[in-house]
Formats: sequence, structure tokens, C-alpha cells
Amino acid sequence: MPPPGVQPSAEQPAPKTGNAKISATDLNFHYGSFKALHGISMEIYANKVTAFIGPSGCGKSTFLRTLNRMNETVRGTRVDGRILLDGENIFELEVSGLRRRVGMVFQKSNPFPKSIFDNVAYGLRINGMAGSRSQLRDGVESSLRRAALWEEVKDKLNQSAYGLSGGQQQRLCIARALAVNPEVLLLDEPCSALDPIATAKIEDLIFQLKDSCTIVIVTHSMQQAARVADFTGFFLLGRMIEFDDTTVIFKNPAKKETEDYVTGRFG
Amino acid sequence: MTGRLLLWRRKSVNIVMLTITAICTVMAAGVLVYILGYLFIHGATSLTWNFFTKLPTPVGETGGGMANAIVGSAKLLMIAAVVGIPIGFLAGVYLSEFGDGPFAFFVRYVTDLLNGVPSIVMGIFAYTIIVLPQKHFSTLAGGLALGVMMIPIAVRSSEEFLRAVPKSLREGAVALGASRAKAIFTVVIPAAKNGIITGVMLNIARVSGETAPLLFTSFSNRYWSEGLNQPTASLPVMIYTYAVAPYEDWHQQAWSAGFVLLTLVLGVNIIARTILARNQHVAR
Repeated sequence: MPPPGVQPSAEQPAPKTGNAKISATDLNFHYGSFKALHGISMEIYANKVTAFIGPSGCGKSTFLRTLNRMNETVRGTRVDGRILLDGENIFELEVSGLRRRVGMVFQKSNPFPKSIFDNVAYGLRINGMAGSRSQLRDGVESSLRRAALWEEVKDKLNQSAYGLSGGQQQRLCIARALAVNPEVLLLDEPCSALDPIATAKIEDLIFQLKDSCTIVIVTHSMQQAARVADFTGFFLLGRMIEFDDTTVIFKNPAKKETEDYVTGRFG
Repeated sequence: MTGRLLLWRRKSVNIVMLTITAICTVMAAGVLVYILGYLFIHGATSLTWNFFTKLPTPVGETGGGMANAIVGSAKLLMIAAVVGIPIGFLAGVYLSEFGDGPFAFFVRYVTDLLNGVPSIVMGIFAYTIIVLPQKHFSTLAGGLALGVMMIPIAVRSSEEFLRAVPKSLREGAVALGASRAKAIFTVVIPAAKNGIITGVMLNIARVSGETAPLLFTSFSNRYWSEGLNQPTASLPVMIYTYAVAPYEDWHQQAWSAGFVLLTLVLGVNIIARTILARNQHVAR
């Protein structure tokens, strides 16, 4: 049973704009016997930025990781419900193909212990997406440019990625994800380990990227959600309490829980 | 008054304990230094160029060397590596990447048991399955005995270094559309490469001094060993044979062989640790 005052999200009026890139219907998720997501239904709109906010452990990252089936790498997890990507059920798609279409950037930057070039080229190589060396070079360059990192690294492509600063490493991971031309980019608290300047760069980048892909970002920072997101969903205890235009969520939320959280009166 | 007494008591206990631990430390290090020094003095002084180039001479004839034993040891270690490393490494991959079931528990347990099996038993094993049916000693049998000895350490060191690769790297690879196997071969193993190579080198160094498993497998040979199917000389067995012989010049040769073996093991150790140290600032 939902706590008092919480309505199943399906009853909410859908926000007005956009075509659904991803739509989830009645999604439940279990870690062993623990139910982490309760009947999530929502739509993620194409070429928009959608943010998930909520306190720690509320299920927002779990939901994000369901969108590219990353949770399947964890033992003892079980999911039911439906997620459609462009109308196709993602649980029926071939999983590596799905993950190529739905890229992911993690909370802690995780460059491979390889050169900057090889990091970005990785996805192209394993997916056989670059026929020749020059195609590979072009792909790496354009990805680094899209991630606004090219100017900073173009003279040291063969150096270890670990020589970069934290912010640069995170943008490298974004470039690596972009290299395979994902349709959707999932960002799991991408700025939580970064200073404000590096954070600002990533946020700028998110603005530029939404022209070419659909972005879903999980964030602990409500200011960040307010700055970058077109739509915001508020999660609490495994339920999606409210999903609407970012301005509505922050200025005029429909639910009391949402209001308490965004005004800092939570708990 | 009691306070001062307590303080005095505490200080004297401290001094006594510190002295005891210091003495034990000096003894532990002293034994090692003593062996190294003794071996160096006896081995290095009697070492000649002939040792590396000449065959052993008959009793009573001075001079000669152990060229055949050096080559023999190299051959044995090569066979051992070919037998032990691939099996150990791939089993380590299995344990690290897929090893959370009861079967993996069983494999780990058996591997640890195998590691505890006395080396002479490994020799008997190789003797039983190769020497007895063939009815003669062979390099192959000796290499096999050493190779089987390498397996447990190869398994556990590979597993350990692969496990040390952060989960985030595996996730990063899988999130880019890599299959699990591809992620293992293109990201996880390369990330653990230095550690694994170090483990292999230390493993080879460890078995290079084994004598017992060779005594009744590769046996020994006064001449060059022809092919892998013949008995061969090896440094450890030569040391054993020459050290217990009643001839003074053989003793000198044994010292030289010991010194060469030690230098080899020490060299491999230093190289391996250098590789590992270089890895440290890359891994996070």
C-alpha cells in the first residue's frame, strides 16, 4: 500500500510536451526479497533532459540502471513490468545492442587503464563500428569534441587517462559513451565527485547534448536538476511521487512530499 | 607513589618487549644475510666462465662446468610454465569472474590443498604417470611435476589480481555494449596484466629451486640431454649431487650452482617487484 497522500503515478496527468523515447509501465524491481521499485510508470521524452531527484535509497538510481538493464549484472535481482524504447520492449532486445543505444555515465568516473584515445575508441572497436584507422580517429575526435574535451587533450591522446583531472576524466567517460552514438544517455550522479567549475562544464555539456540525444540524469543536487532538466521526477521509498515540468516540480508541486523535499523541509 | 610505580613498571615492560622483538628481528634477518653472504663468498669466488660453457668433467679431473644443467633447468621451467600457467591463469579467470557458486568454493579449497602437497609427492605423481609407463626418466616428466606445482599459485595469484580490478571498470565496459567475455578480455585482464605477469614470474622463480620432484622424474645427466624425452641435468639436482659427493672441487661447483640459482631467483624477484611497483600509480 502506498503511504497516505501518495497516489499511483499512473493517475497523474502526463506532462504536455514531447514524444516518448522511453516509456515505463508498472515497473517493479526486487533485490532479493527487497522491493526497490513499486509500480513506476512514466515517459521520458526525446531530446529532453529528465532529472530524477529524491533522498538516498529512494530507487532513482535503480530505476536509471533498469533503463539499460545494468541491474542484470547484479545477482538476485528481478524485474517485472514493461519498458519500451521507441515502442520496443527492452527486455526482449539483445542486451549489448540495447546498451549501445542507451549509454551510461557513472557516479565515479571510470576510465579504463588505457590511453585517452583507446578509452574513447573502446566502444567503436568492440562494436566493430570503425572500419578503418582514419574512421576510428575521426570517431574519437568527434566524440571528444562533443564532450568538450578535445582542446584539452588533443596533444596527449596517447597518454594514460589517469593523468587527467577528475572533471576531465568524467568528460572522457561521457566522450567514451558518446562514441557509439547512443540515442539515450543515462547519467548517474555524474557530478557528485566534482568541484563547482567541473560541474558547470558538465552541465553546459548536457545542454549541448540534448540536441542529439535524450538525457536522463540522477542527481542529489536539486539546484542541478533545476538548472539542467526539462522534466523532473521525484522518487521516495521506491515510488515515483511526482513527475512534471521542472518548473512545476520546484515552484508549484502537486504533492506535499515533493514540496517538503524541494524546500528542504524533508524528514 | 603507586602512579610512579605503575609508570616504572610500564616502562620496563616496554623495554623488555622491545628488546625481545628487536632480537628476533635481527635473528630473522641475520639468518638470511648469513646464507646470502656465505653463498656469495663461496659461490662467487669459485665461479668461472667455464661453469656456464663446459660440461661436467669425470671424477678426478678438475675444471668443467654445468652448462647442461643451466640449459636443462631452463627447459624444465619452460615446460612447467607451458603446463602450469595457462591452466592456472584460466582457472583464476573463472574463479574471479564466475566464481561465486559451490563449485568455485570447491575449486579454491582443492587448490589450497594442492598448494600444501609436499613437492616430493608431485614428483611421485609425475613418476607414476610418465616415468613408469615409459620406463625411463625424462625432461618432460620433470617439467610436468614442476608445472603441476605451479598451478595452485597461478590460480590464486591470477584470481587475486583480477578481483582487484574495480567493478566500475567492468560496468563501464558492459555499459558500452561489451559482452561479459569481451569485457573480461579487453578491460579486466589488461588492467590486471602487470600483477598477473608478476605472479607468473614469482611462480617460476619459486619452482626453479625445487629439487625433490626432479630426483625421480628428470633425474640427471652428465651430458647434454637430447630432446625432451631424455633425462636432463638441472641446477637443483646438480647442487644436491655435487654437495653430497666426497670431492672438494665438486663442492666448489655446487657452491657456484647455488650462487647462480640464487642470483637468478633474486633477479626475477627484483624485476617482478619493479613491474608491480610501476603498476601502483596507475591502478586506483
